[in-house]
Amino acid sequence: MFPRIPLGDWVETVVDWLTANLRPFFQLIKDVLLGAYDGLDWVLTSPPVWVMALLLAALAYAAKGWRLAVGSLLGFALILGMDQWENAMDTLALVLLSAVLALALGIPLGIWAARSDRVSAVVRPVLDLMQTLPVFVYLIPTVVIFLTGAVPGIVATVIFALAPCVRFTELGIRQVDHEVVEAGRAFGATPGRILRQIQLPLAAPTIMAGINQVIMLALSMVVIAGMVGADGLGSDVVAALQRVNVSLGAEAGLSVVVLAVFLDRVTSALASRSPVARALARTSA
Amino acid sequence: MSDSNSPPQHALSVRNVFKAFGRRPQEVVRRLRAGATRDDVRNLGTAAVIDATFDVRRGEIFVVMGLSGSGKSTLIRMLNGLWKPTSGQVLLGDVDIATASDRRLRELRRTGVSMVFQHFALLPHRTVLDNAAYPLEIQGIGKEERRASARRTLDLVGLGEWADSLPSELSGGMRQRVGLARALAAGTDVLLMDEAFSALDPLIRSEMQEQLLELQRTLGKTIVFITHDLNEAMLLGDRIAVMRDGAIEQIGTAEEILDAPASDYVARFVADVDRSRVLTASSAMTPPEKSPVCTVSVPQDTSLADVFAPLAGSEGTVRVTDDDGATVGMLRAEDVVAALVTPASPHEPDAERRLLSENLQEGDAA
Ligand SMILES: Nc1ncnc2c1ncn2[C@@H]1O[C@H](COP(=O)(O)OP(=O)(O)O)[C@@H](O)[C@H]1O
Ligand SMILES: [Mg+2]
Repeated sequence: MFPRIPLGDWVETVVDWLTANLRPFFQLIKDVLLGAYDGLDWVLTSPPVWVMALLLAALAYAAKGWRLAVGSLLGFALILGMDQWENAMDTLALVLLSAVLALALGIPLGIWAARSDRVSAVVRPVLDLMQTLPVFVYLIPTVVIFLTGAVPGIVATVIFALAPCVRFTELGIRQVDHEVVEAGRAFGATPGRILRQIQLPLAAPTIMAGINQVIMLALSMVVIAGMVGADGLGSDVVAALQRVNVSLGAEAGLSVVVLAVFLDRVTSALASRSPVARALARTSA
Repeated sequence: MSDSNSPPQHALSVRNVFKAFGRRPQEVVRRLRAGATRDDVRNLGTAAVIDATFDVRRGEIFVVMGLSGSGKSTLIRMLNGLWKPTSGQVLLGDVDIATASDRRLRELRRTGVSMVFQHFALLPHRTVLDNAAYPLEIQGIGKEERRASARRTLDLVGLGEWADSLPSELSGGMRQRVGLARALAAGTDVLLMDEAFSALDPLIRSEMQEQLLELQRTLGKTIVFITHDLNEAMLLGDRIAVMRDGAIEQIGTAEEILDAPASDYVARFVADVDRSRVLTASSAMTPPEKSPVCTVSVPQDTSLADVFAPLAGSEGTVRVTDDDGATVGMLRAEDVVAALVTPASPHEPDAERRLLSENLQEGDAA
């Protein structure tokens, strides 16, 4: 008979070992993440609702224009009317924090992968794994390590949203016109200057598209985050599912959609406002 | 070309340079040295440049001409260290580019050698002025000062009014003038131009060629100019190196290459050239006669195409004069006709000519 490969046992051993031996390290991560989450959540929930809604609408106006601002206000009114405002802000805090963490890890990693074929060759399969592994599979060890609450939700969301950030960054930098990079070198620019003044600006539209993807993927994780006990729209969806409560599910679900449309429109509008995108738009106009 | 021990005369000296790409570059070079051909080593790597040796004199336009894939871009990129030679020496002044540290190389590129690119390579998000000023920004020069310098070089290429435009608002020819202004702004003595005019329409291209020659008369830079277009090479080059499959076949002035091609390949290559535009009165004239009867004269650097009219107006003989107006020779109609005859190629030319012109078209498309 073919031998049973105890892969699951091995993984469990590793996770057990990690929890037993790296406890202070994980505790530190947990404290930092929880602190950041609580802080961000406080910023979003403590002002009066109308102040917050106007601020977000102003952001939409700055990014795109008054149409998006008005549309956003209508959406926020809907959320408020369904009594989901607080949940929506909890979710927004979780999504923003996760996205920022994914970007903080993913952009440097993408830059590194773009500059070294060897790094790229190692990073690529790892990203493939992270993207194809069913979320629940790494959710389990995450819960084992961080227990329940916002933190395992954030960690799982970061893992899930990291891949497009790395990929888009690497792609964007590798796509930059080779001759322009060569021009930088030919005039004696240092690699750092070439990165700052040539590669990153020219890759910016692609990287911004990646940021948009990261935020949308993070938002798609809210229900999962709700399952492990993070507050927000996700936990209401989970509760609705458990109690087969159609109306609660619809209200929380619709609020997720409003947030998604808002975040998508704002971030994709920001993408078209990078200097390079504007320079190209100016000529086609 | 053996006076390598008097460096001040040469802006650049290239000595036995090889460049191979691929899995085993060193082995490729070892075999090439032992007499293998480019095809023999194909499975070990690409022999892009094979045993190149030449000097570029200060203030001359040195043209490297060859079909697409003959190794021109690779060669020119070793002159400023964008590629390191697999073997050999590249002396810029008295520094060996091939072994210089990264830091030293950057220093040399800032102060010694700049470059113009085939597809212009401008920064799309910066204005024309800031593009032209970019080399000075890299050199660490303050904003006001570098913009003032860049404005001067933009004026030089006739783009002063476009300083605040974005590159995408300019035509191809104008963009390449920005590329040229940028390279000039760097203030280096040596200018590398890789197929700088190849992406431009024919009319714009010949305008740019004229402008380059015009500028060169006042600036006196050392220019290495790459092209796959023989007519361009003949027009611009004080001397021309003809490359084939990675190796340099011949180096000489346009007239030397036309009159004494070093190989069948070069002979076939130059067969289609309009000799009347390349050859000058001085190359076809005979020694001055004791009693010059004719009153019509032409300067010695007049192309043969331009002596027909004077000849027709003076019964078939004109005097040839130097810059001071002194007579240096006589030119008769039959001398002109004789000079325009293409030297016979030893082989049956037609089939190979056709093949060559197909290659040339490929080169144009590339
Ligand atoms: N980075 C590279 N890697 C591998 N092969 C290259 C590289 N650059 C050029 N080559 C090869 O070297 C040869 C010469 O190329 P190149 O110098 O670009 O020729 P040219 O500029 O005359 O068209 C070609 O066969 C080309 O495919
Ligand atoms: Mg080339």
